[in-house]
Amino acid sequence: MATLELRKVNKTYGPGLPDTLKNIELKIKEGEFLILVGPSGCGKSTLMNCIAGLENITGGEILIDETDISGMSPKDRDIAMVFQSYALYPTMSVRENIEFGLKIRKMAPAAIDEEVSRVAKLLQIEHLLNRKPGQLSGGQQQRVAMGRALARRPKIYLFDEPLSNLDAKLRVEMRTEMKLMHQRLKTTTVYVTHDQIEAMTLGDKVAVMKDGIIQQFGTPKEIYNDPANLFVASFIGSPPMNFIPLRLQRKDGRLIALLDSGQARCELPLSMSDAGLEDREVILGLRPEQIMLAPIEPNGLPTIRAEVQVTEPTGPDTLVFVQLNESKVCCRLAPDVAPQVGETMNLQFDPSKVLLFDAKSGERLGVLGKTQPVERTGNVAQFSRN
Amino acid sequence: MTSLVGKSSISLSRIAIYAVLILVCVLYLVPLVVMLLTSFKTPEDIGTGNLLSWPAVVTAIGWVKAWDTVDGYFWNSIKITVPAVLLSTGIGALNGYVLSMWRFRGSQAFFGLLLFGCFLPFQTVLLPMSFTLGKMGLASTTTGLVFVHVVYGLAFTTLFFRNYYVSVPDALVKAARLDGAGFFTIFAKIILPMSTPIVMVCLIWQFTQIWNDFLFGVVFSSGDSQPITVALNNLVNTSTGVKEYNVDMAAAMIAGLPTLLVYVVAGKYFVRGLTAGAVKG
Repeated sequence: MATLELRKVNKTYGPGLPDTLKNIELKIKEGEFLILVGPSGCGKSTLMNCIAGLENITGGEILIDETDISGMSPKDRDIAMVFQSYALYPTMSVRENIEFGLKIRKMAPAAIDEEVSRVAKLLQIEHLLNRKPGQLSGGQQQRVAMGRALARRPKIYLFDEPLSNLDAKLRVEMRTEMKLMHQRLKTTTVYVTHDQIEAMTLGDKVAVMKDGIIQQFGTPKEIYNDPANLFVASFIGSPPMNFIPLRLQRKDGRLIALLDSGQARCELPLSMSDAGLEDREVILGLRPEQIMLAPIEPNGLPTIRAEVQVTEPTGPDTLVFVQLNESKVCCRLAPDVAPQVGETMNLQFDPSKVLLFDAKSGERLGVLGKTQPVERTGNVAQFSRN
Repeated sequence: MTSLVGKSSISLSRIAIYAVLILVCVLYLVPLVVMLLTSFKTPEDIGTGNLLSWPAVVTAIGWVKAWDTVDGYFWNSIKITVPAVLLSTGIGALNGYVLSMWRFRGSQAFFGLLLFGCFLPFQTVLLPMSFTLGKMGLASTTTGLVFVHVVYGLAFTTLFFRNYYVSVPDALVKAARLDGAGFFTIFAKIILPMSTPIVMVCLIWQFTQIWNDFLFGVVFSSGDSQPITVALNNLVNTSTGVKEYNVDMAAAMIAGLPTLLVYVVAGKYFVRGLTAGAVKG
C-alpha cells in the first residue's frame, strides 16, 4: 500500500511525433482506487505502462511513497498488473502462474505455499490450482490473473481493462466483486477502462483523458455533476448529456436561453455568474434525468410543451426524445408516466442544474461547482444500474 | 429417385478420387521400391531381371559393402548435422524472441535484411564463405561445415520463430517482467515451453536441409571430412570398375534413412507446427 503521485509526466515516441502524454499531474492517497478513463488512443494504457515501468517516460516524475521511481526497472517498482488479455503463462498450471513471481523473488517454499493458498481462498480458485489456463473459462482466467497480482502483495495494483473480455453479465458480477475486494484489501489501485460505468462505480478518483491530456481529475461525483468541459460531459453518463447549441440573450437584466420545441417557446433564466456570457454562442448541457414532466400545479420552474418523436423503453426507465431548437433531446422518465409517440407533454427542468459550455473551445462556462446543488448522489446510483 | 442418382454419383466420384490417389501413390513409391529391390539383389540378378522383379536371391551383400564404403562419411554427416541443427534452431529461437518481443530501433529493417538470406542462392555465398572459412582456419573440416550451415540456416530459423512469436501476446512478456523475470528467464521459463510445435518444425526443416546438402559439402570439405551426400556421389560416379547397382542403391538408402526416420517420428509435429495459430492464453 502506498501513495502514488505523477508530476508533469510526459511521453513522446520520438522527436516530431505528437506527445502521447502531456503534463500528467495526478495524486492519490494510500488505498485509493484511481480510474483512468477515456476513448481508445487517449494515452491511458500508455500512462499505465509508464507507471509499471514497461515504457519509459520522457519527462516528469512518478513517485510512490514520495520516492521517484521513474528510472527504476519494472521489477524494482513493486507493482503488480492485471492485463486485459490476462497474460497467464499458458504452459504453467494455475498454481505455477501464481508462484512464478514469488519464486523469482526467492521467497521460501513454505511461505509461497501459504501465499498461494491465501490467494486461492480469497478468489475461490482453490479447485483450479492444478489446471492449465487453457482449461479455464474467461471468468476463471480473470480470477487467476488477479490472484497472480494479489500474491505478490505489491505496493500498487494496476488493472488494464481487466473486465473488457468478459461477457456482459459476468462483467457486472466481477465489477461488484472487484469493489468488494478493494474495500477489504484497501490497496492503492490504478484501473484503466474505457467503460464509463466502471469508472463511475469503482473509482474513488477518476481521471478522464483525451489526446494524452487529463481533461478532469476528481471524484466520480464531481466528474458527473461538474464536468470541466464538453468532452467530459459527453463521455460520462449514459444515456449521454443533451447538448443544445444556442445564443444567450439578456432580458429584464437576466441571462436567458431561448428554447423552441416547434410547439412552444420557453425562456430559461440562467443563474450562473454572467460576466461576458451575453450574446455568446454556447452549448447548453442537460442530463436526461434532469428533465421532468411538469406537474399539473405550476411550481414556478420554466416549462415547455413538446411533441414526443421517439420512445425507447429500457425497463426501469423510458427514454423519450423531443426536438428542442435544432437538437434531439433525450428525457429519462418513469415508464408509467412516459407519453406515447405523437403525444405532447409539458417538460420542465431546474435552471440551476443546466450547464453551459463554450461553443468553440468546449470549456465550461459559469463557475464550476457553484451551479450544482449537492444532493445528487441519488442520480449516480441510479445511473450505475444501466 | 433423385437420391439414388445422388448416391451413385457420390460413390462414383469417390472411386475416381481413390483411383487417382492410388495411382499417384504408386508413381511416387516406384523409385523407392526399385531402390529397395535392387539393393537386395546380386549383381548378376540385376543384369538379367527387370527393375521391378523380385530378387532371385535376397542378399544383404550390397548393404554390407555400401556401409563399409560410406561408414565414416555417415558419421561425418551426423557430426555436421546434429550440432548445426541444434545451434541454428537455438540461435534462431533467440533471434525470433528478440525480433518479436524486444523490438529495438531498426529491428524491422534488421529482420528484413535477415529475410534476404532466405532468398540468397547457395552459389552466391560459396566464394565469400570459403574465404571466411580459410581465415578462421576451418577449411575442409566438419566444424567448418557446421559453421556454414548454422550461418545459412539462421535466416530460416529466425523467420520461423519470429513469425511464431509474433502471435504470442506481448502481455506475457510484460507480465513476466513485472513478476521480476529477466530477458533469459522469460525466454527459458515462458517462451520456450510454448514453442514445441515450431521447435519441431525447425528441427525437421534444418535436419532435412543440412543432411541432404550436397553443394556446401562438396565445396567446403575434402577427403575424410566429407558428408555422406558427397561420398554417395563419389561412389555412384566412379568411372572405374564394374557398376555395382546394388551397392549404389543400398548406399543411397543409407543416406536417405535418417531424414525418413525423422519424418516418421516427428512428421505429425511438423504439420501441427506449420498450422499452429495464435496461442490461446
